[in-house]
Amino acid sequence: MLETFPSQALFGGILIGISAALLLAFNGRIAGISGILYNLVFNPLSSAERGWRIAFLVGLMAGGYFMLPVEFELRQGYSQWLLIASGLAVGIGTRIGNGCTSGHGVCGIGLMSGRSVVATVTFMATGIITVTILRQFIG
Amino acid sequence: MQRIIIALISGLIFGAGLVISEMVNPTKVQNFLDLFGNWDSSLAFVMGGAVAVTLVTSRFILKRKTPIFAERFYMAVKTSIDARLILGASLFGLGWGLSGYCPGPGLLNAMINPGEAVVFLPALIIGGWIGQRYSA
Repeated sequence: MLETFPSQALFGGILIGISAALLLAFNGRIAGISGILYNLVFNPLSSAERGWRIAFLVGLMAGGYFMLPVEFELRQGYSQWLLIASGLAVGIGTRIGNGCTSGHGVCGIGLMSGRSVVATVTFMATGIITVTILRQFIG
Repeated sequence: MQRIIIALISGLIFGAGLVISEMVNPTKVQNFLDLFGNWDSSLAFVMGGAVAVTLVTSRFILKRKTPIFAERFYMAVKTSIDARLILGASLFGLGWGLSGYCPGPGLLNAMINPGEAVVFLPALIIGGWIGQRYSA
């Protein structure tokens, strides 16, 4: 079969962009998931500051839930050590680098932030290097 | 209340987008990062589509003095490209490649693949806590 145009990927991406645009236009906020999550978990916030973050994350989970069940085959038996190392690295990295795929990759680049462009190029590069090593040399 | 409703709607659309685009499938994400192996280019359209929207809309949005329901735009204050940014982004990419999860898809997998989320998410929070301790 010929590979078909990834219209679902494009449509999903456009939705993510619209979501970020809404949050910025109405609330003046960046739809960065790591930032929203960490501020909620680690920083003492006023009830208004807490409220919108909780609402966003509840919406995120509910929005995903409405689109379930997913079509793809669930991964099973993946290394627990890799999952732990991954969680730690993503957690430390997004905290000290002030953002993840959403904050830097989607919102920051949209705002033409130099920091976000550099961050996105960097995490794409180390992600590619990591998967290459993992698949070609280890697994 | 208005801001809560907007955040909820924004979250709903974001979550739907992550599932529809299959960003929540960590194997597909790893295939996307497997540039020198069996590369799956389709996820480039996720970021491409999202950035196309934010690039265009941000220009119009920031022409306003204030957001529609808030008193100001809460933008990042830092503009310098420093070692912390590079180190943080490098570590994030490493972790992203190791599992195929970034934070949003990691959260959504609590519903999709809870067996993995129950390991990944606590590690993510602990990592965030460690990162916080080294943040100014």
